[in-house]
Amino acid sequence: MNSLAQFSVSQFNAGLVYACPEIFLGLAACAILMLDLLLNDAQRRWTGVLAVISLLLTTILVTLQPVAGKIVALGGLFELDRMAQVLKVVTLLTVAVVFVYSTDYLQRRAILKGEYYVLGLFATLGAMVLISAGSLITLYLGLELMSLCLYAMVAFDRDSGVAAESAIKYFVLGSMASGTLLYGMSIVYGMTGNLELSAIADAVHNGLGDNIGLVFGIAFLIVGVGFKFGAVPFHMWIPDVYEGSPTCVTVFIGTASKLAAFALAMRLLPEALAGSQGDWSQMLVVVAVLSMAVGNIVAIAQSNIKRMLAYSTISHVGYILLGILSGTAQGYQASMFYMISYVIVAAGAFGMILLLARQGFEADKIVDFRGLNARSPWFAGMMAILMFSLAGLPPFIGFWAKLGVIQAVLGVSYTWLAVVAVLFSVVGAFFYLRIVKLMYFDEPTDAATIGGSVLMRTVLSANALLAFGLGVIPGTLLQLCQRALQ
Amino acid sequence: MMSGGYLLSLLIWLPIVGGFAVLFFGDRVLVAKWLSLIVSGLSLVLSVPLWTSFKTGTAAMQFVERSPWISTIHSEYYIGVDGISMPLILLTTFTTVLIVIASWTNVEKRVAQYFAAFLILEGLMIGVFAALDGVLFYVFWEAMLIPMFIIIGVWGGPRRVYATIKFFLYTFIGSLLMLVALIYMYLKSGSYELAVFQHMPLTLTEQTFIFLAFFAAFAVKVPMWPVHTWLPDAHVEAPTGGSVVLAAIMLKMGGYGFLRFSLPIAPDASRELDWLIIGLSLIAVVYIGFVALAQRDMKKLIAYSSIAHMGFVTLGMFIGFQIVAATGRTSGISMGLDGAIVQMLSHGLVSGAMFLCVGVMYDRVHSREISAYGGVINTMPKFAAFMVLFALANSGLPGTSGFIGEFMVILASFKANVWYAFLAATILVLGAAYTLWLVKRVIFGEVANDKVAALKDLNGREFLVLGVLAAAVLLVGLWPAPLLDVMRASTQQLAQQLLVSKIAP
Repeated sequence: MNSLAQFSVSQFNAGLVYACPEIFLGLAACAILMLDLLLNDAQRRWTGVLAVISLLLTTILVTLQPVAGKIVALGGLFELDRMAQVLKVVTLLTVAVVFVYSTDYLQRRAILKGEYYVLGLFATLGAMVLISAGSLITLYLGLELMSLCLYAMVAFDRDSGVAAESAIKYFVLGSMASGTLLYGMSIVYGMTGNLELSAIADAVHNGLGDNIGLVFGIAFLIVGVGFKFGAVPFHMWIPDVYEGSPTCVTVFIGTASKLAAFALAMRLLPEALAGSQGDWSQMLVVVAVLSMAVGNIVAIAQSNIKRMLAYSTISHVGYILLGILSGTAQGYQASMFYMISYVIVAAGAFGMILLLARQGFEADKIVDFRGLNARSPWFAGMMAILMFSLAGLPPFIGFWAKLGVIQAVLGVSYTWLAVVAVLFSVVGAFFYLRIVKLMYFDEPTDAATIGGSVLMRTVLSANALLAFGLGVIPGTLLQLCQRALQ
Repeated sequence: MMSGGYLLSLLIWLPIVGGFAVLFFGDRVLVAKWLSLIVSGLSLVLSVPLWTSFKTGTAAMQFVERSPWISTIHSEYYIGVDGISMPLILLTTFTTVLIVIASWTNVEKRVAQYFAAFLILEGLMIGVFAALDGVLFYVFWEAMLIPMFIIIGVWGGPRRVYATIKFFLYTFIGSLLMLVALIYMYLKSGSYELAVFQHMPLTLTEQTFIFLAFFAAFAVKVPMWPVHTWLPDAHVEAPTGGSVVLAAIMLKMGGYGFLRFSLPIAPDASRELDWLIIGLSLIAVVYIGFVALAQRDMKKLIAYSSIAHMGFVTLGMFIGFQIVAATGRTSGISMGLDGAIVQMLSHGLVSGAMFLCVGVMYDRVHSREISAYGGVINTMPKFAAFMVLFALANSGLPGTSGFIGEFMVILASFKANVWYAFLAATILVLGAAYTLWLVKRVIFGEVANDKVAALKDLNGREFLVLGVLAAAVLLVGLWPAPLLDVMRASTQQLAQQLLVSKIAP
């Protein structure tokens, strides 16, 4: 109410400068949509190049923004802080990498269409709006912009029946989750009388903390967040959508949209509802334990590597939630580090599938990795780095992520939770090891040479080596996360 | 603390970097082999000053290097050695060179990767022994699993996949519980430094949980009964070099962990739970001794013999508490500890040598079954001489390294209780029984079959490897004084730490 009373047009316009990366990306996406019409199929690669360039330019714009503390602009709708800046940079770079991985794949299967990039850019824009949201309205707006683009991207390969099925499934379930989230938001609005996150936080602090109505609303928010994250028991869509989508879309959903889900959780829970931490923390404990259990155990039974990685995502979401539920700054930092490291590793793992895929061959069976060491020792080594990293072994980045979240839950005396977390990660180690086993211990059944453009091979190698390099020297990224969430 | 330049860092990173360099010579096998030999040889040479410049009179850490590593969790790159870890590092560099030489011709596929794995493993193992920071230790400890996993899985026997995944998961589960304990102590003390952990007061309950978490990690590694079952599988399926590293060095890490973590960090819990360790150790000595007697596979027999001998090591470490309880005197504690460490080193040499001997025969006959052999002495007299020597060392013959450690541990056990000593001494009987019976069936007697009749004696390379090991076994056995001097100050300090309660006032 307050913010509306103080609203003035000139102040609003002055705030636009903080949103200039988003504005730029939006305009660039529109321009690319137009330009794509002028290109014929042979020139279609340029759409991808332009998309990557606009992402990189946006990244530069984001990093140039001076951020000291928290800037609230556009009448409270928009918020710019260090966390937003870091998450935006990671999202933009991830999407750029995903586009590089996708181009070859799309071309080889003759579905290289400009819409893939344009939808991807708009989804990225949605993620950025979500990351910088200062009120429930922008939060929802960003989420929906991203989700709608993703639904369309899943169905992008229009001749594929499986993809269409996944898209419908994703759309129906996603809409339901959005509805639930919206319902939760409306209850929170009803209880606090505010849409702005900081005003909600104040209201919750001043005596609303354990109000039963608010807790009721929080439960709905958790359902929405859990769905977007893919946490058990709201995970049903993940394996089907991961498997059914074209791999280049799976990698998008598996990385960029997870970052957005993380931002959604961070904005809603620790920022707006810090005063009710005791309540949502307990709900998240249940969700986290279930996610770690179901994700790690069910992944063992998979024979499709995309499905396996889907269950692996579910389990990692459980670990990410561990940091959030601890309710401390260290916990949030640990979660953020986990999120970023997971995105790096997941992008690499899906990149490997994209690399091995070729015309009429998806390379999405686990056995397709058999004997990779004999075919290409270098990429077998890269995949091994990624798998050991997912298993949480030092000296790879996944280890520091696990260390951080376990430290966070031990810091709030959830010792049993820490023990549960490490025991499930032993279960998880098994199916990552199985990939290493297939690559190294078995003989190849497939003699095809490994394709991929030089650019893709370079980026993929750099991606995997990053998981190794940041594992040996994790200090910088840890500090970045620490500064982002003090 | 004495600084010693960058010698330790060099020892850790030279083999690791060298290992990665070897990987790039995947298609030029000879280059890869020679490069591996040079790197491992250089590591051995570089580790000699660790011994010669070692100051024996002090328990302080030497060759210390310390610099910030990860500031957000206050973890440092902090390494150094004392009298307990220094001999183990020497054992590591020594064994790795021998493995490189011994594997020269008997690896057929992915040769460069094989040698690279051993070099990387060497660096990581030295890192484990040198690390003085909890996180750094953990990183080396876990990272070590990766090359070993690959070694068993790629170059192992028919059931290698089962064996290597079992090995990995067994070790992994124990290690993760240790990680929880390390983080717990960090959150209490604000530092990952091991010395801080060793001095921080902890209640008995805390100590008990921490002790059990460490126990999970180290007991699996030693391995103690009943979590030993991964070892026979891993040994049998591993290639010769892998078996040697497992037996000679990796098992020692469990013992080292008890000395560096469990005992000084949780001395009160160690005293409360000494019955557990002593009981399991004696079961390992007696029961596993009988199990070894029944084996038909040579590698399995030596694997079970390893478990029995490592039971002796853990017995020596924890018998001190019983000595204090029984006599009120503290004089025997450090003898038990000394004996345990000597036994670790000796077992490293002897079991490594035994596995190499089996490897020599396996290369020729391609069978590990005892029944496939008989009368090997007739065709391989030189080899038979070595094999008999190592077998005698394994059964603890005076004059060999096997005797010193066993004697000291039995002596210490006597001070605690005659029955402990009696049970512990059965290893001398059982050890002699299963080892000598093995020798009798394999080496002596009539030539059993055509394959044995066609055997060729040791070539120069094999002779060199076994000869160097035989010299080391005899040297430690006849003149252990320099070794004991090196360890004395450190074990005495450890014995002191055990007596001082850490329970918060």
